[in-house]
Amino acid sequence: MANNLVEFRNLRTNFYTSGGVVKAVNDVSFAIKEGETLCVVGESGCGKSVTAMSLMRLVSPPGKTEGGQILYNGEDLLTLKERQMRHIRGNEIAMIFQEPMTSLNPVFKIGQQISEPLIIHKGMTKKEAKKRSIELIELVGIPRAAQIFDSYPHELSGGMRQRIMIAIALSCDPKLLIADEPTTALDVTIQAQILDLMRNIKSEFKTAIMLITHDLGVVAEMADHVVVMYAGKVIEEAPVHELFRNPKHPYTQGLLRAKPIINQRQSRLYTIPGQVPNPVSLGNNCYFNDRCEHCMSICVDKQPPLNTYENRHKAACWLYEKGGEA
Amino acid sequence: MTEPLLEVNHLKKYFPIQGGIMQRTVGHVRAVDDITFTLNKGEALGLVGESGCGKSTTGRTILRLLEKTEGTVKFKGTDLHELSRKELRAMRPKMQLVFQDPYSSLNPRINVGTAIGEALVDHGLVSKHEIRDRVKEILSICGLAPYHIDRYPHEFSGGQRQRIGIARALIMNPEFIVADEPVSALDVSIQAQIINLLSDLQEQKNLTYLFISHDLSVVEHLCNRIGVMYLGSMVEMAPREELFARPLHPYTKALLSAIPVPDPTRKSERIVLQGDIPSPANPPSGCKFHTRCPFAKEICKQQVPKYEEMASNHFVACHFAGEF
Amino acid sequence: MAQAVDTTSTNAEMPKTKPASPWTLAFRQLRRNKIAMSGLIVIIMMFLICFVGPFLSPYSLETMSGPSNKGPSASHWLGTDKLGRDILLRVMLAGRISLLVGLVAMMVSVAIGSTLGALAGYYRGWVDTIIMRFADIMLSIPALPLLIILGAVLSDIQVPPDQRIYLVMFLLGFMSWPGLARLVRGQILTLREQEFMQAAEVLGLRDKRKIFRHLIPNTIPIIIVVATLSVAGAILMESVLSYLGIGVVPPTPSWGNMISAANNLIDFKKRPWLWIPPGVCIFMTVIAINVIGDGLRDALDPKMKK
Repeated sequence: MANNLVEFRNLRTNFYTSGGVVKAVNDVSFAIKEGETLCVVGESGCGKSVTAMSLMRLVSPPGKTEGGQILYNGEDLLTLKERQMRHIRGNEIAMIFQEPMTSLNPVFKIGQQISEPLIIHKGMTKKEAKKRSIELIELVGIPRAAQIFDSYPHELSGGMRQRIMIAIALSCDPKLLIADEPTTALDVTIQAQILDLMRNIKSEFKTAIMLITHDLGVVAEMADHVVVMYAGKVIEEAPVHELFRNPKHPYTQGLLRAKPIINQRQSRLYTIPGQVPNPVSLGNNCYFNDRCEHCMSICVDKQPPLNTYENRHKAACWLYEKGGEA
Repeated sequence: MTEPLLEVNHLKKYFPIQGGIMQRTVGHVRAVDDITFTLNKGEALGLVGESGCGKSTTGRTILRLLEKTEGTVKFKGTDLHELSRKELRAMRPKMQLVFQDPYSSLNPRINVGTAIGEALVDHGLVSKHEIRDRVKEILSICGLAPYHIDRYPHEFSGGQRQRIGIARALIMNPEFIVADEPVSALDVSIQAQIINLLSDLQEQKNLTYLFISHDLSVVEHLCNRIGVMYLGSMVEMAPREELFARPLHPYTKALLSAIPVPDPTRKSERIVLQGDIPSPANPPSGCKFHTRCPFAKEICKQQVPKYEEMASNHFVACHFAGEF
Repeated sequence: MAQAVDTTSTNAEMPKTKPASPWTLAFRQLRRNKIAMSGLIVIIMMFLICFVGPFLSPYSLETMSGPSNKGPSASHWLGTDKLGRDILLRVMLAGRISLLVGLVAMMVSVAIGSTLGALAGYYRGWVDTIIMRFADIMLSIPALPLLIILGAVLSDIQVPPDQRIYLVMFLLGFMSWPGLARLVRGQILTLREQEFMQAAEVLGLRDKRKIFRHLIPNTIPIIIVVATLSVAGAILMESVLSYLGIGVVPPTPSWGNMISAANNLIDFKKRPWLWIPPGVCIFMTVIAINVIGDGLRDALDPKMKK
């Protein structure tokens, strides 16, 4: 059994907007094991990206991480000094983003952007850094690496830029790679290439990956373990096979049924009625209750706890509570 | 055989690339490069392809939001690109467009009632007194509440805005709707709602769709015929079942296998295409796909494959269609 | 007012919140902005004092109302000038002129700038080229020397002082339209590419409707912000010109020409009541207007929340 690399304990991150306090991450607990790919799934605004940003301590005002712990190798990242945190970022935990078009600085050459962390974090000389950079560019599957080293970002396509982002992220051999919707902006054939690349990295370097996505297809393909979030809360968590075979929470079930699947055409798609609740006015109830087919009286009155069931399967739903009264 | 609702013949749309100090035209982006197809009443044709393949440009050139470079677009027998501005304006209500971006497609300073109803009034089709009732009616058809009529776009979520966009197109009582990636900006649970709405509307009103999407699974759900585009050309077009059961073009096969399936037990035997999509400003010679095609032979580099009917209603442009 | 809306809406399903147009939202946002609101209060006070104040004054502009060059006292709160005129009254009357110059110059600039900018942005092609090249020429002429020359010419041909004020207003407005024209043109060019404009085309809306209902309302926020800030600019410019003696000329008072008292060493050192009141007025007015402009910019931000 692998050790926990990162453990979120009752994490709370709030955003103070003019409309009120948005609990973007609301009492979230889960763990990422060494060398494991953990997928966080959910719809826009469910708090999946904010969870990752909280881990990197990159939440900026009006957002604020206000409670809980994030243990990285047993050390609480939230109590570290900014200088120590900078060391963690890049060296230990690296991150790639959704928009490969804007996450590279357009005025620097690709080579400079890959070498920079090597020189800063690894203390390499310029020459060593260049050699290593070219290796990294080759590693992420870009031919003519020496030539790419001297190009500017605008000369590369979206898929290539995402590969470069991955190369930069890998430059300091991180233990954890956070990928926030890394393929959402890419075409399917390019997405397939990037997912392939990420799988190779995982098996070759034993890097743990925290993959944030809304696409259940990507989850099925990449994940070892899945966390489903809804309105700032973890509502279900399970190993990937268990989750797809036996989804417990009605929201997860709905998501799985609502997605059109190729070669499995139904005359009508299943839909989850209604929409995500307004994040400002959430009460002490199950946030999914007004969209749920199985809504019971207790769901409106009380929030279900995240309980553990067989096969490392956790769910927050009153349907599975004995008696349901608790 | 009835006359088709829409006939697109050898349609081309090139965008000039300007360079130098004098802004001379130094080349062309061949966004749409010789596309031919017909669409019958009540059909739903899906156009799929990756970014830059020209599918959106095709949709917009058909509606004459963009002027064509060559070819003809006949809607119920009239060539849209030959009409005067006034005649075109009179034709507008019959053909509508649903946009991808539910945010930029609604004017933030115009309330829902006006946004949906203004065109009917502007065309003089409905009087000002009746318009509110018509708008309320169409709102409930599209799954919104009548009281939404006085609200402004910023008060709605992405899915609701998309419903407003559909209502705005629908109130004109169109026969033909081009839907340009109408669900790709939406979350999964909302996507399903909009897909169902579109398919219900088609059934009730016998609409004809040209449905543009990069997502084959969405297109499969809504369309009975599917065309696959690559770099401005149609590479394959077939009825739905036929295309999924017997894809003839290697690009279609790759596209089909690239879609992640939400089933972790299934180990996909995926064709991962090498390389990037070439620039449409400078497409490869011969078959445009040869640079990424795992089966490319010498002939593919030199000769442009013909777009031919290989089986009943199944068109494909490949020198070795179905041979591998 | 709010209640009236509630009672008239009979729709049973109507939720509690009322529909709010972007304008209503912007106004609410502005009202919450304390700094902008205090700026607004200062400006309103300034207008009230300048336009109502003189009627309450026991003195008149033309007549000497007391001994000359006296400091502030109970009868002359801000003292008198070398001709024995009441400074307070003169500051108020000067304020009328300065505020009026600011407003009229702004209106001239907005009228020319937004019309030309909209035309250039909407029609593009040669219309755009001609208008924008003309704007470039205007922008490349240094404003101050030009105004000084024009002022000198006006003095030469002996334009009567009361008509001169209007000329100054129009001149200032005319000098400042190119900046606004550029902004409006840019805004319209961006808007044209928005999908809702394509939607308007697909719906077959008339040009008139597209321009007046869809394009122009979306450019108004930027016009309002620029217009507000340009009032301050015009007031400052008028002060500069009047101080130099080529804007509003005595005996008509303006804050600028009142300050020119300070270019005399004795007045500057010994009689600060001559130039401090108009100086403070200019300072407060300009700051207040700029603060309102910033508040408007925040409130009308096109990137609307959610």
